Amino acid sequence: MANALDPHAAIATTAGGVTDGALRTADGKPLARALARSQSLARRRAFLLVLPLLAFILITFVVPIGQMLQRSFYNDGFSANMPALSQWFAENPRGTEPDEAAWSALATDLQAAAEARTIGVVGTRINYDVPGTRSLFTSTGRQVRRGIEPPYQAALLEIDEKWGNPALWSAMREASSPVTGNFYLAAVDRKRDDTGSITQVEERQQVYVMLFMRTFWLSLLITAITFVLGFPIAHLLATLPMRKSNLLMILVLLPFWTSLLVRTTSWMVLLQQQGVINDILVWLGVIGAGQRLQMIYNQTGTIIAMTHILLPFMILPLYSVMRTINPSYVRAARSLGATSWTAFRRVYFPQTLPGLGAGALLVFILAVGYYITPALVGGSSGQLISNMIAMHMTDTLNWSMAAALAALLLASVLLLYWVYDRMVGIDNLKLG
Amino acid sequence: MAVPTYASPLERIWHYAYLVICGLIFFFLIAPIVVIIPLSFNAEPYFTFTERMRSFDPEGYSLRWYRSLLTFGMQNPDATGWAFWSDAWQNANWVKAAKNSIIIGVFSTLVATVLGTLAALGLSRPEMPFRRAIMAILISPMIVPLIITATGMFFFYSNPCELLGIFGLPTNCGRLAGTYVGVILAHATLGIPFVIITVTATLVGFDQSLNRAAASLGANPRTTFFRVTMPLILPGVISGALFAFVTSFDEVVAVLFIAGPEQQTIPRQMWNGIREQISPAILAVATLLVIFSIALLTTVELLRRRSERIRGVTPR
Repeated sequence: MANALDPHAAIATTAGGVTDGALRTADGKPLARALARSQSLARRRAFLLVLPLLAFILITFVVPIGQMLQRSFYNDGFSANMPALSQWFAENPRGTEPDEAAWSALATDLQAAAEARTIGVVGTRINYDVPGTRSLFTSTGRQVRRGIEPPYQAALLEIDEKWGNPALWSAMREASSPVTGNFYLAAVDRKRDDTGSITQVEERQQVYVMLFMRTFWLSLLITAITFVLGFPIAHLLATLPMRKSNLLMILVLLPFWTSLLVRTTSWMVLLQQQGVINDILVWLGVIGAGQRLQMIYNQTGTIIAMTHILLPFMILPLYSVMRTINPSYVRAARSLGATSWTAFRRVYFPQTLPGLGAGALLVFILAVGYYITPALVGGSSGQLISNMIAMHMTDTLNWSMAAALAALLLASVLLLYWVYDRMVGIDNLKLG
Repeated sequence: MAVPTYASPLERIWHYAYLVICGLIFFFLIAPIVVIIPLSFNAEPYFTFTERMRSFDPEGYSLRWYRSLLTFGMQNPDATGWAFWSDAWQNANWVKAAKNSIIIGVFSTLVATVLGTLAALGLSRPEMPFRRAIMAILISPMIVPLIITATGMFFFYSNPCELLGIFGLPTNCGRLAGTYVGVILAHATLGIPFVIITVTATLVGFDQSLNRAAASLGANPRTTFFRVTMPLILPGVISGALFAFVTSFDEVVAVLFIAGPEQQTIPRQMWNGIREQISPAILAVATLLVIFSIALLTTVELLRRRSERIRGVTPR
């Protein structure tokens, strides 16, 4: 069929100006056009098959994440409920001392917010930046609701002198615009000081950069360990006869299919101070009964459990690449006088690199976003950035901060995903 | 893999050392899963082998933790016979959790498998436009960290119509958070990548001329699909469905964020159990789950071999 129906052949004839000589279908239409039509029909059909799922994923996955990320730079908790004061901030540049107009705006807004019962939202928003101010807003709101007389500055300072704090006014100015980059600044341990310039936060509050570094460092370490442990296994499975390797493969696939919580639980049981491993070590006399090792609720626990959970993700891609390597290359190298080490290093290993790249990227991507295992076995030193996002979501309720951290994490994961697609191709992702 | 005859003594030693290393790594992979099985029969509330267990004294073993799985949450755990079992079926917390997990798992698997298989069919056609980009989007729920997905879903499911405000439509149409539908949709989203991956992998070896042959013999597209395509890709579809089911059955983060108290699932109950006061009852659940995953793994392996046989891909 290739030659007679080749669309290029038909186009070439028409382009040559010999329109009469153009190939035509049975009902007299030019073949090139008929072919283009049927191709676009086929394209549309293929697309229609994918469309329901694409729409589903866009609505239940992409849009929600987009909506969530929007919170990282948009927070109208203050500006929507304190309109008059926000207006005053917009009209007066930074550095203006709050005058009586500002205090009056503050009093009006506090009164309105207290009536509308939104004062808690306002207080929460400012509380992110100046800890301990939520109660200032709610208690002042209660008193202002009973009535307040001018001059407002004196009256408010009478209620609580914390209102004179310049840091509080600076925080309110920052919050007066709903669109802000401050959550991203906070996510890299920076803040705007009273004058509006960007500075580092105090040393004991610098947690996020350290957490990001720890997340990447631990993920890298876990990737390296899974490589060291996975490579020999994959090599053994790839070189054994099919029957034996299928049997041994079950030992790799069983952990892969076992519930994540089950595997985490068993590590908790094994690594406990009164657990099996410590018992065995004491029994062997390696350590005394009083020196039981603390292997869980710290980084060690996170590393061990995550290595175990992610190991199959390294073995499977390595195995599928090693399976295709022709053993005669190594034999040829040996027959040409290479030692076994040289043959491995110069001939075999380079051929495994595609599998290694695929496995390492996959393990790293999964490790960077891990949440459950560190939360259960990590203690405080084994927590990763995901755990911080969860904490801001459920405990501190600073959703904008959670969104900013999530945005940074997501950006790095998507970058790696893009690299993976370039290098390996998503089509080549295999499971079991 | 035998040692070649020309190997030097040093290479022989290295070869056996290598086998020992591999054995140790296999041990590392499998031991943590195996060890919890005997521990779940511990008669004492400890997480290690007691003296009596080590001497294989029957007194050291008991089924008390399995019994406690049933009685936890029951109104009258001392009843006997029919009354006991009917009470357990209705009130026991773990039984309720198992029912929830199965309901949510089955329905989310259905959604994921139907949509995923259709999409995989489209993606495997050579004419598919923007194939790479669309594939990347459809696989992304597997790649994006779960905590980010769950956070996004938390906001979306508490008010799914918020975005309709852009078009001037009413923005309040109820909540999906705290409902079965919400959890099912969320789990379907998470299971879809697995269906796509397994079904497209099956379709790689699919001979498109079979479809044309069916058409030339007068079959309409529907008949072609159900009589020709479907039987050939069925093993891939089923193993994709099993992956989706396991994903849902093992998922805890999205459940923590969007499910209400009514949708207590097994992983969530485990999560609570582990976080509060871990008791050997958790090990009993874990043992049951391990047995469950062995059954699943066996099914998937059998399917894979069947699929290879049908498609004529014989292992060497």
